[in-house]
Amino acid sequence: MTGGDIIEAVVKSLIIIVALLTAFAYMTLYERRILGRMQLRSGPNRVGPAGLLQPVADGVKLAFKQAITPRGVDKPLYLLAPAISVVTALSAFAVIPVGPTYNIFGRAIPFHLADFNVGLLFVLAMGSLGAYGIVLAGYASNNKYSLLGGLRAAAQLISYELALGLSLVGILMISGSLSLTAIVEGQARGLWYILVQPLAFVIYLISAIAETNRAPFDLVEAEQELVGGYHTEYTGLRFALFFMAEYINMVTVSALAATLFLGGWHGPFDLLSGPWWLLAKIILILTLYVVLRATLPRLRYDQLMRLGWHWLLPLALLNVVLTAIGITLLQ
Amino acid sequence: MAIAPPRGDTAANGTQVILSGDSMTINMGPQHPSTHGVLRLVLDLEGETVTRCEPVIGYLHTGFEKTYEEKTYLQGVVLTDRMDYLAPLSNNLGYALAIERLLGIEAPPRATVIRVLLAELTRINNHLVWLGTQALDLGAMSAFFYCFREREVLLDLFEMMSGARLMTSFIRPGGLMADLPDGWIERAESFLREFPGHIVEYESLLTENEIFKERTIGIGILSPEQAQALDLTGPSLRACGIPWDLRKLAPYCGYETYDFAVPTLTGGDVYDRYLIRMAEMRESTKIALQAIDRLPTGPVMTADRKIAIPPRAELATSMEALIHHFKLVSEGFKPPEGEVYTCIESPKGEIGFYLVSDGTGKPYRCHVRAPSFINLQSLPPMSVGGLVADLVAIIGSIDPVLGEVDR
Repeated sequence: MTGGDIIEAVVKSLIIIVALLTAFAYMTLYERRILGRMQLRSGPNRVGPAGLLQPVADGVKLAFKQAITPRGVDKPLYLLAPAISVVTALSAFAVIPVGPTYNIFGRAIPFHLADFNVGLLFVLAMGSLGAYGIVLAGYASNNKYSLLGGLRAAAQLISYELALGLSLVGILMISGSLSLTAIVEGQARGLWYILVQPLAFVIYLISAIAETNRAPFDLVEAEQELVGGYHTEYTGLRFALFFMAEYINMVTVSALAATLFLGGWHGPFDLLSGPWWLLAKIILILTLYVVLRATLPRLRYDQLMRLGWHWLLPLALLNVVLTAIGITLLQ
Repeated sequence: MAIAPPRGDTAANGTQVILSGDSMTINMGPQHPSTHGVLRLVLDLEGETVTRCEPVIGYLHTGFEKTYEEKTYLQGVVLTDRMDYLAPLSNNLGYALAIERLLGIEAPPRATVIRVLLAELTRINNHLVWLGTQALDLGAMSAFFYCFREREVLLDLFEMMSGARLMTSFIRPGGLMADLPDGWIERAESFLREFPGHIVEYESLLTENEIFKERTIGIGILSPEQAQALDLTGPSLRACGIPWDLRKLAPYCGYETYDFAVPTLTGGDVYDRYLIRMAEMRESTKIALQAIDRLPTGPVMTADRKIAIPPRAELATSMEALIHHFKLVSEGFKPPEGEVYTCIESPKGEIGFYLVSDGTGKPYRCHVRAPSFINLQSLPPMSVGGLVADLVAIIGSIDPVLGEVDR
């Protein structure tokens, strides 16, 4: 690895982190504005023009809050948990290709941080590791509500990981690669995979909502039942880290959906360049998330399990079988 | 499910926190987002299954019943507002009817019709808050805002007539505080005409929603026998299949002359309680419109100068009016000795006022049969065996107001 490569990697990492943190900040604003529209109110519109500085105000507020460590917590784990959540959330994005290779400053720069041959597995692995953040937070907080939240997180993530992983197998079979760049290029040559794998897309979307603990699968924090669940005992920036991880995960699973099913950085026409197309697709999926949150009641713990094991998992398996038959017939 | 105890299992006060074994005792409330106030529940959980549920009340103790003994009968009206602050006009009405029976008088016809109209608007108001919070408890956040949009119209109406949005104190012994202001009836009528459309809107969010049905059907079932044994009243009782509604069974304020149905279902679960209240909002709209149609003209306060404060204008010209005014304000009216129990159908069930008069200007004793308090005792039998998430749905379906529970 030359010095240039290292500089390139560092710069790209920084850009990704800054971009993701900005995305997190503005996702909160975007969500609150959309919720406001759907709920007959304006949402935050006082800080800055059209409320655009609201995320800054929120960030400053959280930063100045006292970081309370309650008595009786398991301190190392209590402090480690938010870090695990946010680090895994950030690193998962590393393998997502944001655009094709561009020539900048005389160097051919591919628009992704890493393109290793198990990219897809890496995203899934980071998602699973992120669960530790929540489970440990629930375990270490010395609070029964947090403990219940942590337990729910463990059960939920195990159940939905399987369906999520299986829903992607069909794509692997068609594209023949675990590298996300190869998958995007495969779609550029043929059809977008949402047309080939519609069932997988639906399973993926549902499982992804459960993976990121978003409504209607937000049982892990379920304010009305668990008073915030795993993050009940966290204040200030530590709480903000959990919040950050949740929103960055949303962006990542949306980016992954766009990459795997919606053609990644490729647009149907050449109006925009690659990264903008991807951004547009991510925003589309994020909007769907917000609309679901505004519309649906929360599922119950056992119903969530039933949906995962009785419906999504068999359907994902069926999808794999159908894909295999389809591939065999076409060959 | 066995739960390993986390390290550091000693609470701040030095007591040992027991987390080992199969069951976990958890304290839900008094500060909890979905206990509808300061209700505290001590739960035993096995995993997330509730094996014991013990409501602990008293965190909002106000001493209203004792306070009545220190207030004149008229001053007591303001206390009724504060018990069930979501249905103040119903409470005003129950209290006013009890005193009127003690005095042996009746409100003028116009006042009676307006009372029916207001009681039904209050029922809608109460059910809107219930619907919003019940949906919120289940995680459906948007319904809340839609309900509060319509509630806002109602509160504006209440403010227009009484000057207060919540603590109206509008219905008083002998009649009403004042006549309805100009334009009030038209605004109320236009609201009532479009309200059924809004009910359809709420229902489109919830009634056929698969997740909502999953969360509510078959949850918190109470058999009719259990419900009667627990002295349940109101929509929750009617959801068990018992058509018990005091407006039909022991009519007051001329309810027998209005055309309305008492919705009854047989499931006895959270979903049926939801359906019953939705249907009741429709029936209330019908009653209120009938009241508007038949609204007679005339006074809204009894002409008995021993009870009603004389109008301001008379004070300058009539010596008698001045004396009555002075006596009423300083001592209040004095009902004959005796005791009386009057109950009406409030949005939450049977609210009853038991008053004992010793012939002075203040009640010797006032006891309130508060529906929220008595309905709350059905919570443990409904919730044991369910999950924590069900418990939250069940609390919402009982619709308790803690101001009324702790008097």
